[in-house]
Amino acid sequence: MVQSIILTGVAIGCVYALIAITYNVMFSASRVFSFTAGTLGMLGGVFGSLFISRMGLPVAIGFLLALAGGAIFGVVTEIVAVRPVLKSLEQHLYVLSTLALALMVQQFTAIEFSTEQQPFPRLLDLPRVDFDQLFWLPMLACAFVIVGLELLYRHTLIGHAFLAIAEDNYAARALGLPERGLRMASFAIAGGIGALAGFAGGEMLLAFFANAPTLTFYGFVPVALGGMGNNRGAVVAGLLLGLFQQAANFLVGGIFASVAVFTVFIIFLLARPDGLVGSAVGRRV
Amino acid sequence: MDSQVTQVSPVRANAFTASALFTAALPFLVLLILGLAFPLFGGGYWGVIATRACVYWVLVSGLNLVVGFAGQIAIGWVALLTLGAYTTSVLAAGNVMPAWSPYLALAASAVVGAVFGLIIGLPALRLRTFYFAITTLGFATIVTQVALAWQSVTGGGVGVPGPLFPAPFASQWGFYYFCFGLAAICTWMTANIASSRFGRALAAIRDAEVAAEASGIAKPALLVTVFLFSGAVAAVAGGLFASLQSYITPDAFTIDLSILFFIAILIGGRSSIIGPLLGTILLTVLPEFAAPLVAWSTFLYAVLLLVIVLAIPGGIAELLDFKNRRPLESDRAIVPRPELVPRLLGKAPEAGALTLHQVALSFGGVKAIDGLDLEINPGQVHGLIGPNGSGKTTTLNVISGYYAPQRGMVRLNGDALPALQRHLRARARIARTFQTPRIVGSASVLENVMIGGTIDGEATFVESLLSLPRHWRDESKLRETAMQALATVGLERLANVRADRLQHSELRFTEIARALMLRPAYLLLDEPAAGLSSDEIARLATLILAITRAGTGVLLVEHHPDLIFDICHHVTVLNLGKTLAAGTPAEIRSHREVVNAYLGG
Repeated sequence: MVQSIILTGVAIGCVYALIAITYNVMFSASRVFSFTAGTLGMLGGVFGSLFISRMGLPVAIGFLLALAGGAIFGVVTEIVAVRPVLKSLEQHLYVLSTLALALMVQQFTAIEFSTEQQPFPRLLDLPRVDFDQLFWLPMLACAFVIVGLELLYRHTLIGHAFLAIAEDNYAARALGLPERGLRMASFAIAGGIGALAGFAGGEMLLAFFANAPTLTFYGFVPVALGGMGNNRGAVVAGLLLGLFQQAANFLVGGIFASVAVFTVFIIFLLARPDGLVGSAVGRRV
Repeated sequence: MDSQVTQVSPVRANAFTASALFTAALPFLVLLILGLAFPLFGGGYWGVIATRACVYWVLVSGLNLVVGFAGQIAIGWVALLTLGAYTTSVLAAGNVMPAWSPYLALAASAVVGAVFGLIIGLPALRLRTFYFAITTLGFATIVTQVALAWQSVTGGGVGVPGPLFPAPFASQWGFYYFCFGLAAICTWMTANIASSRFGRALAAIRDAEVAAEASGIAKPALLVTVFLFSGAVAAVAGGLFASLQSYITPDAFTIDLSILFFIAILIGGRSSIIGPLLGTILLTVLPEFAAPLVAWSTFLYAVLLLVIVLAIPGGIAELLDFKNRRPLESDRAIVPRPELVPRLLGKAPEAGALTLHQVALSFGGVKAIDGLDLEINPGQVHGLIGPNGSGKTTTLNVISGYYAPQRGMVRLNGDALPALQRHLRARARIARTFQTPRIVGSASVLENVMIGGTIDGEATFVESLLSLPRHWRDESKLRETAMQALATVGLERLANVRADRLQHSELRFTEIARALMLRPAYLLLDEPAAGLSSDEIARLATLILAITRAGTGVLLVEHHPDLIFDICHHVTVLNLGKTLAAGTPAEIRSHREVVNAYLGG
């Protein structure tokens, strides 16, 4: 039983961590938290089920299409819901515009795809074992994204440009960096990561439109706990969240597990609004 | 001059109130008559829709204070509807204890709702916008899940019958009138709050939080009150909802409902009652016109939300605001009337000196202020000059409590001013203006100025809610003083104009009028002359001098040397957080280092 709690907890924690990274990548580029992060995760699962199970495409092609779909939705988010309201960041209009877009996609999926949970295909033709692909695929995806982002940010020129934008938007623009292009690229990458999260965790979460708000919430918990824009913090907090949720699930039962997670989250946030390693807010007057 | 104004302003204020009151009340009266007459021409199913709109509005009216006025992004308010529905139904059905009368059950659910409104709302005091939005969303999910799991009480997925209200409210139209009556009362109560100092304070928290604090508005206390009220009416709406549905299961309380409530307010527009009311009716009725729309209703709401946010952030209320479309005179001069200052400020407040003793504050490695001594005396202008980054604004912020100094003390009349207790500065009669004017753009100039007098109101939230006599006394007194303050700074002709239509210089004088509402013992002015023409600066100078003659001490942070040397009694020159020189203007003008480093030539 302990083994199952740990396996499921780590696997689901990796999905949460990936959604948290999706939030972070968008946040770094634009200072915007987007409600579409969970929607991307949901779309990853739905695309996988749609392309592979319904349309019968090969797994590899379905995978690439799902990632591309996520990236496209990321860019659409930037154009429709983020760019128009960036000027008025103070008024928090982005909360509403990204919420609107997330709801639109979620409802569209419910009506045009299915209002019920749809099966997600088994990606690799391997026999079922204890340490199944169900569990290790999300872990692999998470490790891949972490390593990939580290390499991108530290060892490529475009990665440095991303960091510059995240650090100081105005200074970066003054240096002549194509801020808009980099922001769109960030949203495309975030879209790909979000879709990957849903795709890799598809066998666990299935293809279901209502995964969107769930992932939006549980994916944000690691962001809040790990500190905004901090990917390593997000992974640690995501894994802790997954393990805590599974343990509570086993100890007090499914529904009260989410109550427990929620209560702990609120209490933690009230005690430390800036997360485990966060810093205080800047000058207000 | 004085006596003339005494006669004019109250009359003007009253005339303004009566006509404005009628214009503002007209749409409500139309809706009231339509609502009362509705059973004459609406039938059967439309009766249900109309009842539903009333029930939704009971909830939305309270949520409007949270979202539309205080600007808190509370998305998951359906949690309170659920809670109220189950509390009322379970108590009335007698699942756990002997059955209660439905009215008693409804009242009990209001109490439960108030408590949970507070619990759901509390994180707003600590958390940033998006965090708060997410936590309310989390609550909405949790409450439904608990309703599903707690079978012994809620009936789980099978559900529980809703309460039945006895005659005369048992029939369809009887129940409609019951809900309509409650909706009308909620409209009346929230409209009272909207036009009270509490409504203005909420808008100030939303659009100009620092100015709200400087005016003595305690955000936590005010938000707590609003969450209690909003939670209570939301739970009452839940009880009515359960009765209307006649049978409730957790499925009835989807997040879509929450979105409907939330979007109704945004479509309606912020700081408005009529807007969200029309928004609620619109969103309730819209899907009924075409059956295929029902499935797509949430999609449509979301599209509407996006369109509103991107195209008309002001919502319906702004579309209906014809008054503010009239062009303003383009060539407006601000002519303050310093002779009115004594009347406005009255007798000089008895206050000793405001002193800073060895105050030091650094941000990281940067020493913003490094052992600063300062003494500001009543009835004098104390100038604070220095190059950018020399610590002028930081000094103001330490005095008004935004930063806690790492060393040293700020004292008023010998008593230490507690650090970081910003809203207490107004009680000590210390007022301030800001480098960038902090104004509620959607409120009128008069309302903005009235914000400055918030702490002088005596009516409690409940008195304002029920429009009791003290509320009216407060309002007329505040309005009269605010008109005087506006006349003093020379803006009385713009009193009823939306503040965001004003020019920059007019906003600066609006801020001064707002600060004067406190009858300050000390007035801190942060670059009041920035962006003003030389004529306006000269008029500002006479106004500041008139203010000091009334006994107020002024701390003036400025870059215009002329203004400083013309009106200051004492000047302190800062450099790198330290006093470079201090003395009379004449001494400073001949101080070699200052001339070299700062004044030039």
